[in-house]
Amino acid sequence: MEKTMDLTLKVWRQKSANSMGAFETYAVKDVSEGSSFLEMLDTLSEDLVEKGKEPVAFDHDCREGICGSCSMTINGIPHGPEKATTACQLHMRHFHDGQTITIEPWRAKPFPVIKDLVVDRSPLDRIIQSGGFITSRAGSAVDANAIPISKATADYAMDAAACIGCGACVAACPNASAMLFTGAKVSHMNSLPQGKVEKDRRTLAMVTTMDGEGFGGCTNIGECEAACPKSISLDMIAHLNRDYATAQVKNFFKPVA
Amino acid sequence: MCTLCNFVQSTIGRKILMALTGLVLVLFVMGHMLGNLQIFLGPDVINGYAYKLHHLLPASALWAVRLVLLGTIAVHLWAAVTLTLDNRKARPQGYLEDKVVQASYSSRTMRMSGIILLAFIIFHIAHFTVRIVPGKQYEEFGVLENTMVPLVKDGEVVMKNGHEIMTFNVNDMMVLGFEVWWVSAFYIIATGLLCMHLTHGFSSMFQSLGLRNGLWRKRLDRVALAYGWIVFLGFAIIPISVMTGFLEKDPTGGLALQITETVAIIGVI
Ligand code: HEM
Ligand code: SF4
Ligand code: FES
Repeated sequence: MEKTMDLTLKVWRQKSANSMGAFETYAVKDVSEGSSFLEMLDTLSEDLVEKGKEPVAFDHDCREGICGSCSMTINGIPHGPEKATTACQLHMRHFHDGQTITIEPWRAKPFPVIKDLVVDRSPLDRIIQSGGFITSRAGSAVDANAIPISKATADYAMDAAACIGCGACVAACPNASAMLFTGAKVSHMNSLPQGKVEKDRRTLAMVTTMDGEGFGGCTNIGECEAACPKSISLDMIAHLNRDYATAQVKNFFKPVA
Repeated sequence: MCTLCNFVQSTIGRKILMALTGLVLVLFVMGHMLGNLQIFLGPDVINGYAYKLHHLLPASALWAVRLVLLGTIAVHLWAAVTLTLDNRKARPQGYLEDKVVQASYSSRTMRMSGIILLAFIIFHIAHFTVRIVPGKQYEEFGVLENTMVPLVKDGEVVMKNGHEIMTFNVNDMMVLGFEVWWVSAFYIIATGLLCMHLTHGFSSMFQSLGLRNGLWRKRLDRVALAYGWIVFLGFAIIPISVMTGFLEKDPTGGLALQITETVAIIGVI
């Protein structure tokens, strides 16, 4: 028979963006250890609805670790204690009977709380948007292998492209820096031949947007890498720094825009 | 907006400035440490080294070097302060449960170690360069018994126009300075913090300049640890040696050679 556990949850409740929030404590009983963290929250919400209370609002969509919606900080760690795991893929067997679990929204000035655990992560979208286009042939579909790309480059770009834009890196950073996210996007586009053409312009634009959205700077402590559910490495931040420095030098002599 | 302003205002640009100024300071600190360690080769050597530092270059060039170093610290400090303020603004509210997963202690305390280093640098310049710390005005009568000593090179007193060249008695100044327990304690603590600052900073500057990857991060972290400890031990050994009595004031007041010569002459007679 599957084991179950009783838990105490300390959850951040906040009615709207402008209201003051506070922690509420709830008891949840008979949580199956095979259920996911979000399913456990679903049980809590059902309970609350039954009692005529407001359910806990949280973001979720795919529930299979690919959309990046399920933003929540579990016991002080974005997406919880399991390495390279989103909250939706986190199973309750990693917790134990009688445990108290604290659940908080992402904490960052650019990510204001909309309700309970839901935050506004649109600044990340605006960073991507400012990256702009890539120059490619429009019209008839290009042959898949028309542009030769080495295995090493393809692998590297693929590692960078694994970023699901969840914002855990920002949430984990004491400076609320979006360098890991921006680094992943820049490394992805800048390392492929299709994206190389606009490399400098893209890097400058994305960093300007990143700063403009109010994210902090990187202090190279590495908490983002530890929290990232897709194991994006600090190498991507070094890549961003390198491409940014090069772009600035080029831009100094001849505007790259 | 001008290109340069844009660079300097960006978070990455300021971090790059911090890394470049950090590199200058890292190299300076190693040179400074190696220079200081010459005190173990005897009073003549350290006093001769100090004389060379002051007379190798014309006074204007010496001042240029000093201003560049002060400017380097100013830029480092400015970037540190403005970035810290921006970072605080970006994260007004923390977590109820604040966990650290992999960040090292030294990486999280760069501002603390930096600020104490700043206080130390100010004290250090007032103490040994300008020599105006109250009670430690080494040029004043009676504080340093032999303020000026003959310059000695390769075991011979250096003469110019038939006169001995006199030079400031750095050996005795250092010994006298470190005989005060709290001065020694402050120097040892400050170099300990410098060690901490460097165990993160040395490797971090490569990251800020984009010159690091996963493999080199591991290697550079190890080099940084070694560099930090070498710098700590190399600096701290001097106050420790003075406190334990291993390093002493030059008992001859820089006149060791004349005395041995005199003894030799007497011996001959
Ligand atoms: C004037 C006092 C100082 C202050 C206030 C200060 C402060 C800081 C701060 C806040 C950082 C950034 C850390 C981060 O981003 O996490 C830093 C980095 C650094 N500091 Fe200092 N520091 C000072 C003196 C020094 C000295 C004397 C040295 C070298 C001997 C030094 C070497 C470095 C290096 C190598 C870095 C790494 C740069 C990087 O992360 O890219 N600093 N410092
Ligand atoms: S880098 Fe990692 S933590 Fe940051 S947004 Fe991408 S997947 Fe999430
Ligand atoms: S709900 Fe899509 S990643 Fe968790």
